[in-house]
Amino acid sequence: MNIWLLKMAWRDGRKNAGRLLLFTASIVLGIAALVGINSFGESLRGQIESEAKELLGADLEVSSRSPIPEKVLQRFDSLGFKSASEVSFASMVYFPKSGGTRLINVRAMAGEFPFYGKIETNPNRDQIYFDKAQKALVDQTLLMQFDAMPGESVKIGKLIFDIDASVLKVPGRSAISTTVAPPVFIPLNLLTETGLNELGSRMNYKLYAKYPSGFNPAEIEKSLRPWLESQELEVDDVNDRKDSVGNAYTDLTGFLNLTAFIALILGCVGVAGSVNIYMKEKLQSVAILRCLGASGVQAMSIYLIQVIAIGLVGSIIGAVLGASIQMLLPGLFAEFLPFEVGLKISWTAIIQGIVTGTVAALLFSLFPLIKIRKISPLKAIRASFENRETDRLSILIYLLILLFVIGFAWLQLDSIGQALIFTTGLLVAFALLAGTSALIIWLVRRFFPRNVSFILRQSLANLYRPNNQTLLLVVTIGLGTALISTLLISQDLLVNKLKFSASGANKPNMVLFDIQSGQIDSLRVLVQREGLPVISAVPIVTMRLEGIKGRSIGEIRSDSLNPVDERFLNREYRVSYRDGPSDSETLIKGTWPKAVKDNKDSIFISIEEGIATELHAALGDEIDFNVQGVMVKTYVSSIRKVDWQRMSTNFLVMFPTGVLEKAPKFHVLLTRFDSTAQSANFQKAVVTQFPNISIIDLELVLNTVDEVLGKVSFVIRFMAFFSVFTGLLVLIGSVLITKYQRIHESVLLRTLGALRHHVLRINALEYIFLGSLAALAGILISLLAGWLLAWLSFETAFRPDMPMLIIVYAAITSITLIIGLASSGGVFTKPPLEVLRRE
Amino acid sequence: MKDILEVDQLTKIYRSGDQLLTVLDTVSFRVSAGSACAIVGASGSGKTTLLGLCAGLDSATSGSVMLHGSPLENLSEDEKAKLRNEHVGFIFQNFNLLPTLTALENVMIPLELRKSKNAKSRALELLAEVGLKDRGGHYPSQLSGGEQQRVSIARAFANSPSILFADEPTGNLDGETSAGIEALLFDLNKKSGTTLILVTHDLDLASKTGRILQMKNGRIVTNQAEGQDAIIEKPTF
Repeated sequence: MNIWLLKMAWRDGRKNAGRLLLFTASIVLGIAALVGINSFGESLRGQIESEAKELLGADLEVSSRSPIPEKVLQRFDSLGFKSASEVSFASMVYFPKSGGTRLINVRAMAGEFPFYGKIETNPNRDQIYFDKAQKALVDQTLLMQFDAMPGESVKIGKLIFDIDASVLKVPGRSAISTTVAPPVFIPLNLLTETGLNELGSRMNYKLYAKYPSGFNPAEIEKSLRPWLESQELEVDDVNDRKDSVGNAYTDLTGFLNLTAFIALILGCVGVAGSVNIYMKEKLQSVAILRCLGASGVQAMSIYLIQVIAIGLVGSIIGAVLGASIQMLLPGLFAEFLPFEVGLKISWTAIIQGIVTGTVAALLFSLFPLIKIRKISPLKAIRASFENRETDRLSILIYLLILLFVIGFAWLQLDSIGQALIFTTGLLVAFALLAGTSALIIWLVRRFFPRNVSFILRQSLANLYRPNNQTLLLVVTIGLGTALISTLLISQDLLVNKLKFSASGANKPNMVLFDIQSGQIDSLRVLVQREGLPVISAVPIVTMRLEGIKGRSIGEIRSDSLNPVDERFLNREYRVSYRDGPSDSETLIKGTWPKAVKDNKDSIFISIEEGIATELHAALGDEIDFNVQGVMVKTYVSSIRKVDWQRMSTNFLVMFPTGVLEKAPKFHVLLTRFDSTAQSANFQKAVVTQFPNISIIDLELVLNTVDEVLGKVSFVIRFMAFFSVFTGLLVLIGSVLITKYQRIHESVLLRTLGALRHHVLRINALEYIFLGSLAALAGILISLLAGWLLAWLSFETAFRPDMPMLIIVYAAITSITLIIGLASSGGVFTKPPLEVLRRE
Repeated sequence: MKDILEVDQLTKIYRSGDQLLTVLDTVSFRVSAGSACAIVGASGSGKTTLLGLCAGLDSATSGSVMLHGSPLENLSEDEKAKLRNEHVGFIFQNFNLLPTLTALENVMIPLELRKSKNAKSRALELLAEVGLKDRGGHYPSQLSGGEQQRVSIARAFANSPSILFADEPTGNLDGETSAGIEALLFDLNKKSGTTLILVTHDLDLASKTGRILQMKNGRIVTNQAEGQDAIIEKPTF
């Protein structure tokens, strides 16, 4: 590079060093967030690598919905594996002291699990043996919820267990994963005595193994895995777990990186805005240089070097800050991680951040920079001369920025389709914000209130004065506002939808399941005695697919062109029967299957539209089921649409009456409670009389959703705040950069007789208008996004929480006002001439 | 003597909305190397436009300018910039020093642009010649108007130009300072043998050149060479 250009960039920049550094402030937060997340991601990957065995707790895990065949255990023994067994399922727990009941995840264990890592308990148990002792390990949050502690007792099924210790951490499990159903560990030997492993209980069976020393894991892939899979067992080894956990967190860090990237883009827009004003001030200098013989490219290069330098400095500051932010992230993600993350400096993340920041700042600043090439030297002798030529290079810059954004999103999302959706979404948001801002300014100009006070008129007029930053600020602050309010609206939509699904007199808000056939009548009596309605009680029969359209499942599986997903071939189908569709079902094709009155009658069934697509089944097609050992041939007589979001019992496959009545089955009962006390009393009565029956009530669902959303949205909000703060930094930068212009206006106004408080009020009103504009534009976008989400994703009516949005509006406007006035220091308080001299 | 500047049928028309505004109307004249010439006229008469076109700062609507043997209309912007750097000097009414550069650095620019190896020592010599030997480290804001114009003159002579364009060089200065600047300008011009094209309202200053071109409504109305008696209209402002 030409040394003279470097010298000139330095000479020109040194007097503006403060201002140039101010430009960099806008990108600092975006880079900090990027570097922080990427460093954290790298630490996370390192931790997954080093703690892979602890994530699984074993070398190998075999799981199934049915009991693991004995021959598997025998084969493990023959290979010298150490093994441990687990049967887990949802059930109710009852705390005798407080009388509290709750849905839990029972984990009945045998053997020395975990082989790697440990179940952390309080009091600490160095080695946990699950033997015949009637002791349970209970999740700490569950104990806290019911004010119970180790030494007291807990009832699970028909057995009362002593609480041996509270469980603080389980290998491979994050805190948030236990929110829905907290775990309670009991000895597997006592499972039968609890009476919970009866028909209908949805059990998960697992066998964990630890290889003997010197065992070659490659053997697993060669012979053991295919053999296990042929037994319809799922196999997970350390590498599988490493991949699945790694992928999940790569997705998470990728998503967070995109939110950080939005902050960076906003910062870059801010830098471009600042550089634009800076370049306007430099027009005369550039024209002089052109007069003295510098070429357009030489003149542009001087400022290009300055922008690269400030991008680099900003990115380095951001990277240093990011390395510090990384320290906060383990705390932020503690609930989501199955292990503690040791932090280390990631040089890769730091270098990536610095390069990304510098390139992004440069790309966005190219718009004002390329104009320098075209600055006429005539400007040196004729200040009013303006070159209105359009620059074709700007199209290339738009393309470069677009490619940069798509490329970055592609790297994070690993999908070009999603990257394009992200980029389009971002472009639409920018266009909407810019459009809203332009429209409001046009409206202000078009319907300018000429009869209002001078102060109000002056502050309104400031929104569209030359060198105004209105558009820039509305876009940067508005996008941050849009992110936060869309998040709040989505959270609200989800919770409201759940509440709405159970509102109305006849809508159920409690589901009782795992009810045995012999219990259903007594349960009905109990429900009615407690003053609750039986809204519906449906029988459920489990079955598996045996064939489709005359081809056996085995044939379909071995067909290399098989279009049906394994999951739908292997799954257990839970089927019910009735004579007509329910409120949540709509027939799309065919007619409801007729009741079977004679053994010789063909059996017609109704299938849900989604499963019809997955199985490639149409009206009239034959589907064969294995109903617990009995083969049943059926034909599709109708295809239904099911509203899965209703709190009701819905099924993929419905049989007619007259077929499954005698098959082994269990029942689900829906009821409705009106008060928390009524729900608690009823649950206590059910758990006491029918310990095997599990209950989910809407309150539990709502509380769980609230808790999970609260934790998830806290993380997202944390990231969204980077965008909001970036917007505010752009505001500070913009106020400081235009300060000179403001001082001149202030001096002029004061010379003409305006008092200091007049100038202060004009500026304050301007910031209120700016903040209002940005907040309004952001909220409008979030309302649009919320409406689209309600319509397309949640399929519910859109009723935005207006008080919440008003709070967001007021907060953003106030922050803009405060920051605007705070950054204007000197404009109002110092005598104008003194300020001018200092400037 | 050879002509350093040949202006032939030069016309400049600006478009303002739907209206066309002819600022220069078929202007022709020649300036021989080493001579001094003043362009005078009222505000809006087209003299600054003419200066801009002659120096290659702007492009004409029609007509031609031959500067130092190069037809400007055939040169690209970068070629014109090179020509300015090698053969042209400028002095402006508002000095046009780069505010972020010191006096010395301002003078060094033309030399550095042509990759001169002894830019600094040459710039120091020039500052000494204009009487600002000890002010090289000062920024323009730390100098008085007269001092700034001296720096500007030093910068203009830095590349030993064949032709020097001066646009109202004393327009922003008081009488006493103006006299000093005028003396310096003509002294350096004489010593270096540079052609001087001066745009001014000041008829006294104009009369110190060998030739006066008076402009009115975009045309040269008087072309008075040295020794000729002609009535120069007193400009009205």
